[in-house]
Amino acid sequence: MNETYLIILISLAYFFIGVLTVLFRRNTIIMLMGLELMLNSANFLLITIGNIVKTLDGQIFSILVLAIAASEVALGLAIVVNLYRLKQTTNVDDFFSLGSK
Amino acid sequence: MIDILLLITLFAPLVGFIINGIFGKFVFRFSGYIGTFVLFISAVSSSILLFITLSSSNFIYDKSYFYWIVIDKLKIPFGLLLDNLSAIMIFVVSFVSFWIHFYSIEYMRKDESYSRYFAYLNFFVFSMLLLVLANNYVLMFVGWEGVGLASYLLIGFWFKKQSATDAGNKAFIVNRIGDAGFLLGIFVIFSFFGSVVYSEVFKNTNLINKEILTLIGILLFIGAIGKSAQFPLYTWLPDAMEGPTPVSALIHAATMVTAGVYMVARSSPIYILSPDASFIVAFVGAFSAVLAASMALVNNDIKRIIAYSTISQIGYMFVGVGLGAYWAGIFHLWTHAFFKALLFLGAGSVMHALNDNLDIRLMGGLYKKMKITWITFLIGSLALCGIFPFAGFFSKDKIIEYAYFSNGVIFYLVIFGVVLTAFYTFRLFFLVFHTKPRDEKLYEHAHESNYIMTIPMIVLALFSIIGGWIYSYFESALSYLPHVKFDEHSALNISLISQILAIFGIMLAFFMYQKPIIPKSLGDNFIIKGFYKILYARWGILSDWYELFILRFLKWFSGIIYRFFDLSIIDGIVRLFAYISALIGSGIRGVQDGKFSTYIVLIILIFTFILYLMILSG
Repeated sequence: MNETYLIILISLAYFFIGVLTVLFRRNTIIMLMGLELMLNSANFLLITIGNIVKTLDGQIFSILVLAIAASEVALGLAIVVNLYRLKQTTNVDDFFSLGSK
Repeated sequence: MIDILLLITLFAPLVGFIINGIFGKFVFRFSGYIGTFVLFISAVSSSILLFITLSSSNFIYDKSYFYWIVIDKLKIPFGLLLDNLSAIMIFVVSFVSFWIHFYSIEYMRKDESYSRYFAYLNFFVFSMLLLVLANNYVLMFVGWEGVGLASYLLIGFWFKKQSATDAGNKAFIVNRIGDAGFLLGIFVIFSFFGSVVYSEVFKNTNLINKEILTLIGILLFIGAIGKSAQFPLYTWLPDAMEGPTPVSALIHAATMVTAGVYMVARSSPIYILSPDASFIVAFVGAFSAVLAASMALVNNDIKRIIAYSTISQIGYMFVGVGLGAYWAGIFHLWTHAFFKALLFLGAGSVMHALNDNLDIRLMGGLYKKMKITWITFLIGSLALCGIFPFAGFFSKDKIIEYAYFSNGVIFYLVIFGVVLTAFYTFRLFFLVFHTKPRDEKLYEHAHESNYIMTIPMIVLALFSIIGGWIYSYFESALSYLPHVKFDEHSALNISLISQILAIFGIMLAFFMYQKPIIPKSLGDNFIIKGFYKILYARWGILSDWYELFILRFLKWFSGIIYRFFDLSIIDGIVRLFAYISALIGSGIRGVQDGKFSTYIVLIILIFTFILYLMILSG
């Protein structure tokens, strides 16, 4: 049982590192990395818990998540490239054209 | 069989309306033929229906096809009712309308909105047929409103003319006042009878308090006053002359204004039990008959004179139905439909010949140039005056007889109306067709209309002669309606009196206009001159009543309401809501600052909150 707790704690730590990265970093690319971290924490949990309860579902599902994460990153990076061309920066605080200011 | 014929009769004009209304641009030149053809179908099937109904005794076909509105206890079916009364009505409506459509093909040929005209005309007839065939009050009200709408559209047909638009509005608004009464009547009927279907309502009339029946009778009659242009809501009808002339023929003869008479006759089981409501009907009818006739005496507009005569004749019909002689009222409706349509078509023919001129002071001597119009117009005039043996005699005479046997005041009013009718009708006739032409240019231009316009006039003239001969048959056909019985021993004397009075009126017109034996200087007499002026101003006081009492009062009253209710309370509530929204908006506007990080914080907070709720709910 201790093992399971450990796994959940590690995955939680991963997840919060990701959240905090997204919250406090201003560089868009780093923020995307934070997002990936969150997704991977979920993957980690899925695979290990799946291994404990002896099913393949967790692994299969994690592959699905990986695929979606990959395509999401592809899109996200494309957007970042375009934004960079537009604004010559990757700092999110400079992207406020929808704001009221 | 009857099913199918009924539906054909009712929906053929609707099909015409759809074709002419939607595909008007494609069928443009054929609109007239399409519109007339659908009416032809309708007329043929309605005459078959009339034949079927009258050949079997006490024929009643009452069928609800489906429920149209169902709300709790209120169940309103879409149902049709065919009995002798409605069979006669649909025949009159579709037959006369058919000839008016036929006439319009030529009359409106040069109009740029040819198909729009026929679309409206078809819709008009459809509404009227729906009104007549409905088996409950609500469906009748649908037809009732449809007729009102169609009349508005047709009176304002030449909408580029300001006066036509105004007249259309006036007709619509004045009708609304009557409709409000009718609607209230339906509400009262439903709340006391629990149904609006005729058969269920009339079955239970004995169970209801007399005062309630009187209330219903009066409320329904208010609707009839508006639709049938009786005093005091008659003002829209003379103005309705702004529409094309065949439309006037349609409004006055077959559709619209006769709806009120039909409605009272249809509600006869209610009226027969309420002498008070019936008396009001008869009295308003008699009063309108004389009032409108007096206004027709001095008018100089060919169409308006005929329009006033319609109000007057509808008044006679109301006298008939108000005195409990429902068959006589409907019989007068029947004969009136023929000769009034004829008179209007004749007037249209005259206008056509004279470049749409309406002023009878500029006409005269037209009988040489327009032989057919002249003869048919004469027949129509004689029928209108009730000269034996033309159609009007039989129907009007019956009404006068009933008036004689029931009420003195009403009798004197209607018998006085006979003289006036004869006088103004023949004043019009002599001034238009006889006497010397007073405008050479117009007279030179005059010509007989082409056969498409004269055939309907000839047919209607024929019916204006023979239409009245079937009175005994008519009486037995409608004897199933409740009616008051009289002994008829002195009936012949009454007919004689009315004949003498009518001829007196004609002679008076003859000696004043055709062979002016009566000196013109008589008009300089102080009293006669004053009287003439009052009549010419249409009882000036009367038309100004609305302005003085009703309009001023309404304006004053609505001004007060506007200031103290609208501005403070209604606007206040609206403003309060606006203020609250603005307040909330300014409070949370800061959230949307366009900064990415704020959004993310919010997203995470909200997701956490949702997660928390999910865990909480297990």
